[in-house]
Amino acid sequence: MSAPSDPILTVEHLSMRFGGLVAVDDVSFSAARGQITALIGPNGAGKTTVFNCITGFYHPSVGMIRLDHADGTTYLLERLLDFRIAKLARVARTFQNIRLFPGMTVLENLLIAQHNPLMKASGFTVLGLLGLAVYRNAENAAIDKAKYWLDRVGLLRRADDPAGDLPYGEQRRVEIARAMCTDPVLLCLDEPAAGLNLRESAELNELLLGMRAEHKTSILLIEHDMSVVMGISDRVVVLDYGVKIFDGTPTDVRNDPKVIAAYLGVEDEEVEQAEAEVGL
Amino acid sequence: MARAAQTSARPSDLVGALKSGALAAIVAFGLFSLLIGIRTDQGPTGALELEPRLMALGAFLAVAFVGGFLRGWLAGERLDFASYLPDELKAAATQVGRFFGLALLAFAIVEPIIFYDNRYVLDLGILVLTYVMLGWGLNIVVGLAGLLDLGYVAFYAVGAYSYALLAQNFGWPFWICLPIAGFLAAGWGVILGFPVLRLRGDYLAIVTLAFGEIIRLVLLNWQSFTGGPNGISGIPRPSFFGIPFTDDEKGFAATFGLEFTPTHRIVFLYYVILALALLTNWVTLRLRRLPVGRAWEALREDEIACRSLGINTTTTKLTAFAMGAMFGGIAGSFFATRQGFISPESFTFSESALVLAIVVLGGMGSQLGVAVAAFAMLAAFELFREFAQYRMLVFGIAMVLIMIWRPRGLVATRTPSVALGKPKEVPAEIVAEARQ
Repeated sequence: MSAPSDPILTVEHLSMRFGGLVAVDDVSFSAARGQITALIGPNGAGKTTVFNCITGFYHPSVGMIRLDHADGTTYLLERLLDFRIAKLARVARTFQNIRLFPGMTVLENLLIAQHNPLMKASGFTVLGLLGLAVYRNAENAAIDKAKYWLDRVGLLRRADDPAGDLPYGEQRRVEIARAMCTDPVLLCLDEPAAGLNLRESAELNELLLGMRAEHKTSILLIEHDMSVVMGISDRVVVLDYGVKIFDGTPTDVRNDPKVIAAYLGVEDEEVEQAEAEVGL
Repeated sequence: MARAAQTSARPSDLVGALKSGALAAIVAFGLFSLLIGIRTDQGPTGALELEPRLMALGAFLAVAFVGGFLRGWLAGERLDFASYLPDELKAAATQVGRFFGLALLAFAIVEPIIFYDNRYVLDLGILVLTYVMLGWGLNIVVGLAGLLDLGYVAFYAVGAYSYALLAQNFGWPFWICLPIAGFLAAGWGVILGFPVLRLRGDYLAIVTLAFGEIIRLVLLNWQSFTGGPNGISGIPRPSFFGIPFTDDEKGFAATFGLEFTPTHRIVFLYYVILALALLTNWVTLRLRRLPVGRAWEALREDEIACRSLGINTTTTKLTAFAMGAMFGGIAGSFFATRQGFISPESFTFSESALVLAIVVLGGMGSQLGVAVAAFAMLAAFELFREFAQYRMLVFGIAMVLIMIWRPRGLVATRTPSVALGKPKEVPAEIVAEARQ
């Protein structure tokens, strides 16, 4: 499949080495603006490493990661330091093992996500300390936005509960709502459906499709749940042992022999054939 | 109650408890048989004599046995006294708790009027309030931002020496030196903050501990600047906004047509430290509701999540250090003007430990808890002043008991900074602690 005409994210020749281990080896792909791109692969294929490179938690050993905003601004993510990727390039992410602020309420979690605009409105604390209306209005607007996203994920009634008290599936949704509160142009979801039951993952599909349609958010997701991947993604990139083995539409990915081999292994006679070829 | 009765009826528990008591007694015998059981004395001929003290040894063993027995007896029983109380009483306690802070504040305001003639109580009040302020200041760093700081006394020292040196060398008045001392201490907070940005938990604690010692050693050895071990004496006393507390026609008493008494100055000092402590409290409560305060708490909860949300963790940590240090510095300059004399001896590690103990005992992050803990700690110190030998022993036992009974401090719940409806307290179990 050819590269999308209007990519929001372009990853070129990305490699990540940890000592002698090559976790990601010369991977190039791109994600189209306003679409959902899925990154799949067996365990240990290097999906989360790619995510960590994109969101600035790792510095890639080699390669370029370019993010193009709709207004034409371009950010080279491999050069931005951790928090600036979220702040300037507006890439938000969730984590495979949920990382909420468990001792704070759900509403507080969503307000922390709006830290940078609120910080500006509070005059870097000075105006806020004096209790000026500028900050109060900004905070009310932030609360409204938090309420909107809580409503979208169906958790408005849990707003005042500590995030750590919520069941697993709800914590996943809070994390997505929190990421959306940062107004991201690209949302990176690391296994959002992990641990969800059938009904919950169907709801997740609906939520992600809604976000794409209404908020023009481009989404990059790592997922093992094929009902999510096949149901909503516009494009699928498959990694195996740190190498990209497939890049195309969800319908094509099902029939790709390399992908099937990576997930299910190969027939016995194929192994024998391959062994014969290399002279074993 | 029923459960307690049920468990105590089982004979196996009794045997277990007796075993536990016997074990404790045996260990105590091993420890104390020579230390307590035998006393060396000089006999009439000058030779060394051994005098057995079986009674004293017996008493120690008995205490150890009872302690061990109780431990075995109550093992598995949660020491949850609250569950034995009737619900009406608990509801009443919550009601009282709501107004407890206000009652405490009211008492703090009228204290100098009630105890006007009691210099000792007034001095003690000033001391308690100084530690309340220090506790509140450290609470920003430890309780909110979750950065374990064992060198807080360094900022107290910086504030004290800043005021002492500025006032002595340039003759600047207290009210100008106070904010300057605060800013200087905040500057040192940032200086400490930079090298420890990447550290957490125990490692952070070690570096801050060293920082506190470095500041003290510099003060001790930089003789030409700080006066070294002799300290600085004759630090100017504060004036009532320009009117000194002296026994002449220009003094405070004469200006207001009062009879001169040294108590005026003490009462004034009392209200100064009360105002400074309340300022600390007000600023902290305000900051908690601002983005910077929420970012501090988020940092305590999960630093990686903070970074993923675009929060600059470097500046967030530095502002926490600077803010905590600033209040420490202001308290320090108050200390200098109250004492009139400062030396490095006042800024040893035990001060840091005391302030940290106040914060931990009060419940990290809780303003009311810290105030109560400061009061309890210093009042207990004063009560046991006559039994100086046993002071630390009692202090240690009390700390152990409190850590068993309330491991997260007196006020363990966290109040959310914002809520759509009625704010619900967050239980301590899920709130992150400074150690991570």
